[in-house]
Amino acid sequence: MSLLLDSLAWLLMIFGLLFFITGALGLIRFPDIYSRLHAVTKTDTLGLGLLAAGLAIKSESVSTALLLLFIWLLVLASGAVSCQLLARYSLESDPAATGISEHIPGESDDR
Amino acid sequence: MSLMIVDFVPDLILAFLVICMAWGAMHARSRHDAMAMFVAFGLVVALIWARLGAPDLALAEAAIGAGLTGVLLLQAARQIPAEPRTMKKTTVQFILPLVFIVLAIALFASQLFSDDALNISEQARIRPDVGLSAPSMSDRVHLAMPDSGVGHPVTAVLLNFRAWDTLLELLVLLLALSGLRQLYPSSQSAQKKSDGPLVRGPEPWPLLLAWSRFLAPLLIVMGGYLLWRGADAPGGAFQAGALLAAAAVVLRLAGLLPALRWSSLTVRLAINVGALLFMTVAALTLYFGAGWLHYPAAQAGILILGIEVFATLSIAITLTLLVIGEYEDLHT
Repeated sequence: MSLLLDSLAWLLMIFGLLFFITGALGLIRFPDIYSRLHAVTKTDTLGLGLLAAGLAIKSESVSTALLLLFIWLLVLASGAVSCQLLARYSLESDPAATGISEHIPGESDDR
Repeated sequence: MSLMIVDFVPDLILAFLVICMAWGAMHARSRHDAMAMFVAFGLVVALIWARLGAPDLALAEAAIGAGLTGVLLLQAARQIPAEPRTMKKTTVQFILPLVFIVLAIALFASQLFSDDALNISEQARIRPDVGLSAPSMSDRVHLAMPDSGVGHPVTAVLLNFRAWDTLLELLVLLLALSGLRQLYPSSQSAQKKSDGPLVRGPEPWPLLLAWSRFLAPLLIVMGGYLLWRGADAPGGAFQAGALLAAAAVVLRLAGLLPALRWSSLTVRLAINVGALLFMTVAALTLYFGAGWLHYPAAQAGILILGIEVFATLSIAITLTLLVIGEYEDLHT
């Protein structure tokens, strides 16, 4: 049982790290701010979530697991909000630089 | 032996990273890259402090060194027109940092392998209870802890044994703010020229408003927790003040907080109250007690708590004004 849990934790963490690597790659390689934001926010949400889940299993303590969950939720929400802020700001200040200048996404069809 | 090497791997990675970040911050292509690298550098330094077992320093470095300084750099860069940077570096500019790094490593290594270091580690092996050097600073701190009024050695040093230094730090913050205020007129004329607000606050956008409303109380609770915990654990006035300032900045940027104006008496009082209270306590201890900033042991705890609470308020308002207070302020 403990071996099973342990390998599950490692699996989750390795998957999380893979997301971090792809996010970093995307940040370096993608051409414009929107695709970069797309790459980086995956790291914040899924990568950190998987990492926190793995760490929570390894910690074997409910309070630590809850703390990790809380941290993940905080980073998740602030990541999403700041990503939207950056994208909005860049869209408003330079709409001509993108191919989507006609349409500034409203609150309903974001994400 | 192999276990020891595994233990060293994170430290080596951090050491490598911090040099990379420092290099990147100095040699980045654009100013923005350099500032991003500087913030990342601060975060790595914070991690290093945490690895060294100094969470107080790690918290302060992350909050102030990386976070606040990064914001201030970005704000400053916004006002200074970007100038085309000459990419040509002389060979000296490349060689000097390298020489410095090599020298620093050589000095460190020579200290590590010198007779002194060996003697100390030998002593520590024979008499582990004594520690590295016999009557060390940390032993003296631990001996004096019962009289300090707090339970955390770092807080005891900062606010009791070396309270004078902390008072001066508060005064440095005040000086920074008044220095910034001296610079206002020039930025005002720059603003007039560009004919538009320099801080372009985002439009009140529902998600941002909702998130700020959620985040600010959380930050205030965290700040209070850090302040309260500071007596017995890592934390304290500067970290708590930085968090409160972050809450104020978030609310201000979302347009939920009225501008903090220097002309308001409350704001000026809040900025000065920390240093004023600190100096009052110092003067009172000088006239009625054992001397300048020597607290009586029985009242030390409550005195330190009072100073810390008001210092937190002053630090929070000062940092907030350093980041966002300037523009609305100009017209008063």
